[in-house]
Amino acid sequence: MARKSKEVPEINAGSMADIAFLLLIFFLVTTTMDQDSGISRKLPAKSDEIIKDPPPVKEKNIFVVLLNQNNQLLVEEKLMNVDDLKNATIEFITNNGKKDNLSESPQKAVVSLRNHRLTTYDSYVAVQDQLTAAYNEVRNSIANQKFGKPYDELDKEQTKEVRKAYPMNISEAEPIKE
Amino acid sequence: MSRFKKKGSGKMAPISTASLPDIVFMLLFFFMVSTVMRENTLLVKNSLPKATQIKKIKRKSLVDYIYVGNPRDAKFGTQPKIQLNDAFADVEDIQTWVLNNRDSRREEEVKYLTTAIKADVKTSMGIVTDIKEELREVQQYKIMYSTAKKVDK
Repeated sequence: MARKSKEVPEINAGSMADIAFLLLIFFLVTTTMDQDSGISRKLPAKSDEIIKDPPPVKEKNIFVVLLNQNNQLLVEEKLMNVDDLKNATIEFITNNGKKDNLSESPQKAVVSLRNHRLTTYDSYVAVQDQLTAAYNEVRNSIANQKFGKPYDELDKEQTKEVRKAYPMNISEAEPIKE
Repeated sequence: MSRFKKKGSGKMAPISTASLPDIVFMLLFFFMVSTVMRENTLLVKNSLPKATQIKKIKRKSLVDYIYVGNPRDAKFGTQPKIQLNDAFADVEDIQTWVLNNRDSRREEEVKYLTTAIKADVKTSMGIVTDIKEELREVQQYKIMYSTAKKVDK
């Protein structure tokens, strides 16, 4: 393209900055930076028919966690601080039949969580968090042992295997009404 | 340096602002890419509980939010209320809401849909349980308790 002798007058770009600022401020105001995060759970499917003969679960394979309306925690009939729940859960899952009152194997271990309708959401999440922490820890340790990497970095097959070794069986009963 | 000086005047040459639009555009694109639009105006008080074992949501377009908490405006009462989209709702509305959300998504995306429950710390579990029951009714099993990250002591 040869330049013509008669030049087209340039468009004044001085106001471009103003326009861009305007857009920038609009985006600053209308957007949020916070990453959404949380504890994910899968709800159990609803079945209309009541199962007549539920598969027998031995009592020692059930880890009973109760949360009352005053946000007090009762674990296996003992009052417990929320911060200790993680270690107690780990002990329960990885018992493998050593102690008589704890689970026979990780596959059979079931955590039964029951709360009151007046329990605050805050303490409920704290309990869920502790339970998740317990499972994450045992899963991480087996992942490190078997595959040499933490649970989060495993591929799909390996994740499946770890999940099979330590299935997260958390059963939530209907909350206590009064 | 004399060739930048204006003739006769002893003043400093003005700083060129020609690159200012470029800088601002750069900022603009950064914000456009890294942020999401604020979707709803919150009508309920919503301070999330803190937790350590959290996962980040990978695809925000596949998440719908249920807000629970006490109304910000006292004229709506002091009992915890549910907010769907931009308005207050009852527990019974959740089923239709979930179905509507499904309709607006592509078919193959439906099974990845997650419902995030954003409940205030002071909410009682009763209302949260009711929500979970409603979600089970419409086979919306993937849920998430929205939490903020707790900093380890």
